[in-house]
Amino acid sequence: MQAFLAEYLPILIFIGIATIFSGIAVGASLFIAPQRPDVEKTSAYECGFEAFGDARHKFDVRFYLVAILFIIFDLEVAFLFPWAISLGNIGAFGFWSMMIFLGILTIGFVYEWRKGALEWE
Amino acid sequence: MIEALAFYIFSSIAVAAAFMVISARNPVHSVLFLILTFFNVAGMFVILGAEFLAMILVVVYVGAVAVLFMFVVMMLDINFVELRQGFLNYLPIGSLIGLVMLIELATLFGSWVVTPVIANRGLMPTPSPDITTNTHALGNIVYTHYVYLFQAAGMILLVAMIGAIVLTHRNRPGVKKQDIGRQLNRNPANSVEIRKVEIGKGI
Amino acid sequence: MPFENLPDLVPVLPEIFLALVIMSLLMFGVFQRGGRAETDVNTFRVISWMAVVTLIVTPLLVLSLAGSTLIGFGGLFISDPFSVFCKILVLIGSAGSLVMARNFLEEHDMARFEYPVLVVFATLGMLMMISANDLISLYMGLEMQSLSLYVIAAFRRDDTRSTEAGLKYFVLGAVASGMFLYGASLIYGFAGTTNFTILEQVLQRDTQDEYGQSLGIIFGIVFILSALAFKVSAVPFHMWTPDVYEGAPTPVTALFAIAPKIAALALFMRVMVGPFGDLISEWRQIIIFISVGSMLLGALAAINQRNIKRMMAYSSISHVGFALMGLAVGHDSGIRAILVYLTIYLFMNIGTFACILAMRRGGVMVEAIDELAGLGKTHPLMAAAMTVFMFSMAGIPPLAGFFGKLYIFLSVIQAELYLLAVIGVLTSVVGSFYYLRVIRLMYFEDPDEPLDRPVSREISLIATLAGLVTVLFFLYPDFLVLSAATASSALFLN
Repeated sequence: MQAFLAEYLPILIFIGIATIFSGIAVGASLFIAPQRPDVEKTSAYECGFEAFGDARHKFDVRFYLVAILFIIFDLEVAFLFPWAISLGNIGAFGFWSMMIFLGILTIGFVYEWRKGALEWE
Repeated sequence: MIEALAFYIFSSIAVAAAFMVISARNPVHSVLFLILTFFNVAGMFVILGAEFLAMILVVVYVGAVAVLFMFVVMMLDINFVELRQGFLNYLPIGSLIGLVMLIELATLFGSWVVTPVIANRGLMPTPSPDITTNTHALGNIVYTHYVYLFQAAGMILLVAMIGAIVLTHRNRPGVKKQDIGRQLNRNPANSVEIRKVEIGKGI
Repeated sequence: MPFENLPDLVPVLPEIFLALVIMSLLMFGVFQRGGRAETDVNTFRVISWMAVVTLIVTPLLVLSLAGSTLIGFGGLFISDPFSVFCKILVLIGSAGSLVMARNFLEEHDMARFEYPVLVVFATLGMLMMISANDLISLYMGLEMQSLSLYVIAAFRRDDTRSTEAGLKYFVLGAVASGMFLYGASLIYGFAGTTNFTILEQVLQRDTQDEYGQSLGIIFGIVFILSALAFKVSAVPFHMWTPDVYEGAPTPVTALFAIAPKIAALALFMRVMVGPFGDLISEWRQIIIFISVGSMLLGALAAINQRNIKRMMAYSSISHVGFALMGLAVGHDSGIRAILVYLTIYLFMNIGTFACILAMRRGGVMVEAIDELAGLGKTHPLMAAAMTVFMFSMAGIPPLAGFFGKLYIFLSVIQAELYLLAVIGVLTSVVGSFYYLRVIRLMYFEDPDEPLDRPVSREISLIATLAGLVTVLFFLYPDFLVLSAATASSALFLN
């Protein structure tokens, strides 16, 4: 176990350094920068009225559809990873079982292409 | 020693972040704390020797599921202040259920016993990560011994695709689209017309 | 190392056939000329009929496997007489509900070809569930069925009740699946395997150590029981049923009340009798509690209902309570009684929902029970069919429903669970109130406005067939009882 984990030590050190750096960047501005908010400072600049309502408009559901389709193909790729590594061990049967899986998902892909789910407008 | 230190750091941040998920005021902050939890759990999986699971956690959970959460949170425009009103009403029963689950976990740990029958017939040995990495071990059996479950997973992904499109896709009529095939298939015969113009006269 | 032997594909033949049909129907539907328009009625009709034909051909494939027990894919898949029996029931139920759905979907602008494809998908999931010999393959079948059902519950996208039904079903169903996985992981942790055959050997009574059965296994069983009770809509996990049944489009409700219930109950029986069979002293009380609760709630809560789909939801809860009484028996006579009950329940419910689908006025569906007033005068045949089904559900002889309840009570009394039988009889009497109220409304009240004529051909065909089966069952019950006996003894073979 130790030999295996020793390979991941560089990543751990990297995470540590990254955390420290980002901590310094945020913490420095938090502690050193002067922060004295004032009503006049945060009001509308130069002229104009105070903002009312929200600047955001209704989120479109097309983003959601794109995200879901992305997840599905992401999972397909996740299945491809161990297969790619161990293809030598599993021989022809393993190859064809993955081909059937890819075929199933290709049928789904053709379905969504023809339905127009891949077009934005 | 580093292993123990890493485990303590990962687990404490994971628990703290998980607590912040449910108690953050802004729902977008909740999703960000969830992402932090996922990263720390992935670190703990690596310590356990399941590095494939850790990478999949990062790629799929953080990369796709958390993004999906973010989209939904932004789409729904949740007003957390209103949702929080009933929080104190449900606090006693919620903490009671949590207490029951804690007692159950502790009881299970205390009574952990593996009878020789189970050890002989049930348990199958897992290879040590030094010899066969997690990814190799998974790849050796998922596509061959468990091919039925693998194909079933493929079909479930197909259902998810059909379901997502059935429920959210709308054909918007009147949208002008380009048909590249048709554009490229134009030839001079049907797009240009040559007229002879007499001098001094118009068309 | 290379995997030399190809897995035996013969046991999985019906499932492979359904999967291939799904994919070809999907491709056929999407490559039609009118594919861009969202509701293309012709494509919908063609695919709907092809799906129905598939669902009628598949029982023949299933029957070709009858009579032998085959375990495939390294212990993940089992095909025995029990699974053959239940698969045929599920396929008949799905085919019937798909036939009834055509008219409704066309009238309400929901005629998209994905509906039959999703119904066949759900049926494939149910077949996989019934044949599961491993906790993981069980979960796969469960999720495939559940995902398809979540989508069709919300099929009417622009109706808030339908999307609410789909959302409620999805959220609560996902919680139930999570509980199932938690229980399954506990079982794996404390027994070392997820395979039912090995679990059965490992968890035998005589291999317990002096501390009794491991506590982790008991916790795992309780979690799995809770998840399965949710899927079957038994008390105390029944909360989703009335809202989802009321909100979903009516043919979807018909499908919900019939096929997934049969599949989930078959799964329940296989899981409880197979791997956990020797632990019956631990889970019998839970099943008795669930069964009594379901019967009581189903009988009492339906009395106040005004909407016929909600009433049918509570009625299905009470029927499930009855069926679970047979499970508490733990003997193969109990399982046989449940199988007979389920078959009769299938026909009664198909017929009732066919009549409910015929309730339209001015082209719009009406769902209040009071709308059935005076049906005896305006639509005598439909009223007669509805009467048959209501009497049968109340358990009045000589209709089929009486025989179903009779077998359950016989097995319960044989197992000396007398209190359970008494509660069953009492709740049956109380529950018959709302069935008889429908009959009273139809024959003894005056109609306000008559319901639409003509009733579509498919609906009248299904209602007639189901009515004939219900009425004529008493002439030849042996066929059903003997096949149920073969099926149930297959579960207890080991």
